[in-house]
Amino acid sequence: MSAILELNGVSKAFGAVVVADDQSWTLDKGEAMGVIGPNGAGKTTMFNLVTGNLAADAGVIRLNGETISKWPAARRCRAGIARSFQVPQPFAHMTVFENAYVAATQGAGLSSVQADKLCLDVLERTGLLEKSNVKAGGLTLLERKRLELSRALCAKPSVLLLDEIAGGLTEHECHALIQTIKDVRETGVSIVWIEHVVHALLAVVDRLIVIDFGKKIAEGAPEAIMQSDAVREIYLGLDADA
Amino acid sequence: MSTLTVTRRTRLSTVVLILLAPILIALIAAPWWAGRADLRLMGEIALYMSLATLWNLLAGYAGLVSVGQQAYVGLGGYLFFALTMLAGIDPYVALPLAALAGAVIAAPVAVLIFRLRGAYFAIGTWVMAEVFRLSFAQVSALGGGSGTSLSASIVRGMADGRAAREAMAWWLALGVAVLVIGAVVLFLRSRQGVALTAIRDNEVAARSLGIDIWRSKFIVYVVVGGLTTLVGCLIFLQKLRISPDAAFSVNDWTAFVIFIVVIGGIGTIEGPIIGTLVFFALRETMADLGTLYLIALGLVAIVIMLKAPRGLWGFLRDRYNIEIFPLSRRVTGLNKGA
Repeated sequence: MSAILELNGVSKAFGAVVVADDQSWTLDKGEAMGVIGPNGAGKTTMFNLVTGNLAADAGVIRLNGETISKWPAARRCRAGIARSFQVPQPFAHMTVFENAYVAATQGAGLSSVQADKLCLDVLERTGLLEKSNVKAGGLTLLERKRLELSRALCAKPSVLLLDEIAGGLTEHECHALIQTIKDVRETGVSIVWIEHVVHALLAVVDRLIVIDFGKKIAEGAPEAIMQSDAVREIYLGLDADA
Repeated sequence: MSTLTVTRRTRLSTVVLILLAPILIALIAAPWWAGRADLRLMGEIALYMSLATLWNLLAGYAGLVSVGQQAYVGLGGYLFFALTMLAGIDPYVALPLAALAGAVIAAPVAVLIFRLRGAYFAIGTWVMAEVFRLSFAQVSALGGGSGTSLSASIVRGMADGRAAREAMAWWLALGVAVLVIGAVVLFLRSRQGVALTAIRDNEVAARSLGIDIWRSKFIVYVVVGGLTTLVGCLIFLQKLRISPDAAFSVNDWTAFVIFIVVIGGIGTIEGPIIGTLVFFALRETMADLGTLYLIALGLVAIVIMLKAPRGLWGFLRDRYNIEIFPLSRRVTGLNKGA
């Protein structure tokens, strides 16, 4: 399999605080990769660097072999990178449908008729169809998270970046979400998923990377990573030697 | 589920659309039923409605809070006088030409002032307008600081007789108002317009969904600049006299316009229209009171900002969920009861 997304030596610092430290990893076409790490480790920052919401200080980011490090966020989205925001960023005075429509017409570049069709289809899959005509500002937090996913999907991404969308869901909702993401993957979309709900993550991803203090400290098969000393140390506070 | 469709129509918008044609015909026929003073007042209302609609697109949708739109009103006035009197161009050709020139001039201005954000942007637009004012005050061919009058031959050349001229001035004003409001409605309904609305709500998300924010705002600024220039032409065609202070008056062409948009409802199509009607209703009933009139304007603004911060139309819309101009895309056929 060939790489669709590639980070090589990507770094970012705000003054003395290093938020991304020489990060390198690749995502293969059709692959789903999970990202874990403690709060404040720099996971969302890494997404911001990939999507162009933040500019990297050093390093190269490639999409399908093309260097996109200097591209503005909008161009990266149109090239196929879509994300959901950890803290939802709805267009509050527009309806749920219109939120999705923006992504379909701008991010995916669809005509109005094509966009209508795609939006209805995606909203049905994410369970927001009944809320289509509701202003996004009136949604609950969980619905806003689903709107984040819907919008990202309407941009027709080749790489989908998901930032903590499973938190706070009931068992049943979580199961439905896992199924939705698996379905998305079936359509050939490559996925990077930051998630604290580890069992949801493990149900979908083929590979895990662990980030701490802006650095990638471990990478590998999910089961092996979860058993590794590095993860146990971070999550359980165990001394690696113990 | 196969019955789901996406539509913009609401019952109210259909009713308004049906009413629109007879209203428009009645307005076109105004020279036959309205007095001279009324016709002049209606012309002024139409031009203010255009200015307010344009400023609303700029500030309410693109987030470009300009306090310097008098730059384009004045530019329009001066360009119209210069093109007709100095270059000898036919007035009816000069109007679109001036609008085009206004847009061309707005482009480099946008590149310059878009480097400024928020309050600095607002101040920057005002400084720009002052630069325009001082520049035109230097042109001695147009009367320098004391200004000039539109020569009688040009005015006479536009239509035969006084009544015909006044009718023509009204039709031009009405035509521009219809053009401006229609263009803004069509633009906001387009994919580009929906993108602009998204920018209004959340720039971070808009950027991440593929919207080129700078480009969207640039297009809006340039088009608004061109159309404001056109409105400026007609304002001074009606006044027949121009001077730098009147042409680039921040009070007349920006402060009143902001008042209109804010009390009517910023970020809505209907707001500037309703705001203009309220503004003129206040002016016509209270203008004799002198200073008291300005105090009343201030009071109205304060009360509305406190009681209905989204303006009169914003208040009605939020309360009754109505829309005269159909912009929202609604999904119909959802099984609500089931």
